[in-house]
Amino acid sequence: MIALLMRDLRLAIRAGGGFGLGLAFFLIVVTLVPFGVGPEGAILSRIAAGILWLGALLACLLSLDRIFALDFEDGSLDLLATAPIPLEAVVTMKALAHWITTGLPLVLAAPLFAVLLHLPTPAYFWLEVSLLLGTPALSVLGTFGAALTVGLKRGGLLLSLLVLPLYVPTLIFGAELVRRGGEGMAVQVPLAMLAGITAATIALVPFASAAAIRVNLR
Amino acid sequence: MSIWEYANPVKFMKTSGFLLPWLVGLTVLTLVPGLVWGFFFTPLAAEFGATVKVIYVHVPAATFAINIWVMMLVTSLIWLIRRHHVSALAAKAAAPIGMVMTLIALITGAFWGQPMWGTWWEWDPRLTSFLILFLFYLGYMALWEAIENPDTAADLTGVLCLVGSVFALLSRYAAMFWNQGLHQGSTLSLDKEEHIADVFWQPLVLTIVGFGLLFVTLLLLRTRTEIRARRLSALEQRERMA
Repeated sequence: MIALLMRDLRLAIRAGGGFGLGLAFFLIVVTLVPFGVGPEGAILSRIAAGILWLGALLACLLSLDRIFALDFEDGSLDLLATAPIPLEAVVTMKALAHWITTGLPLVLAAPLFAVLLHLPTPAYFWLEVSLLLGTPALSVLGTFGAALTVGLKRGGLLLSLLVLPLYVPTLIFGAELVRRGGEGMAVQVPLAMLAGITAATIALVPFASAAAIRVNLR
Repeated sequence: MSIWEYANPVKFMKTSGFLLPWLVGLTVLTLVPGLVWGFFFTPLAAEFGATVKVIYVHVPAATFAINIWVMMLVTSLIWLIRRHHVSALAAKAAAPIGMVMTLIALITGAFWGQPMWGTWWEWDPRLTSFLILFLFYLGYMALWEAIENPDTAADLTGVLCLVGSVFALLSRYAAMFWNQGLHQGSTLSLDKEEHIADVFWQPLVLTIVGFGLLFVTLLLLRTRTEIRARRLSALEQRERMA
């Protein structure tokens, strides 16, 4: 399993743009928002948390179709499916590799981008916490979407239509956590819900993803 | 005599063919009087005015928008567990009907909300979760369209339906947490004291029954079409092989 993780990470880095592309996309979203809503600091600091979360969502979506597509084309997915480790574990490792290459850089870079959007100071901590807790769920759900569409020639647009509705609860609780944290309100409920959704997603969704891959390889 | 007999397409076609004309008749007999009664022979509610009439389309459509998804969940489970083709085709046939019901609920809701709340759209939890449900219907139908092999498509949409059900429910509660709503609470229930007055309630129940029969009629019709389409493609394939 570790070998599989290292292989995926190496592939992502050597193929170019594994780490950088998602981050660059995130930066572009953050840069474009003030052009859209105007440069007033008051407005920006109010919507900053939402924009950062949306940026994370879209950046995550960007690289989803590559999770299984290349392995499917060159046949290595068939080998992985017949390998001694269960397909569920393979899927989980794929999701982890996706998170390390797109989710983790976003979590690390988010405070920098938050400066551009005038995020209120007390919200920084909660922004980090919410992204750290929430982005793994985005990767795991994205893997499910990628598993559903792996056999399709042009699955990209369909993939976003399938995956984005699944992101709604994570987005709501994640953005709400940052908002409440920034205003100094009680954060237990969104914090617990966000962590709970992520934990349940990691525990259960790989079974659905593996089932979808088995169907697609049939 | 068990319900699994209808997993046999021939048996299903025979029975549904026999039932369909009766269902069409019953639908007309409940829906038309229900709507006419509701639209023209109920008093105007004091605080709502004439806009209260929207209820006779809005509430039944909203009821079935949710229940059709539940039905799709059940038929998808039956397909995934027992591999009955009719079940998978019924789920496929139900999706567009559910999608239209959701759309009707959203649009009539906007017509009702405009004079009542002074806005066409509000990010109220109920409205929001219906919009999300609409997106789930769209995704489900798009996945059916995208995959060529019918068995693969049935499997994958079945899995999507299971995962989607969990997340649709989660979104509903997330939306309730996220924003307190304008939408009134539930007014129809069998056990609560609080109820809308009988004059409004009776035609409403009739229209709900009518919408239900309409759904069953359309569902049988569409499932029959799907079965015939499947037979046609099988025949074409045989032709090409020969």
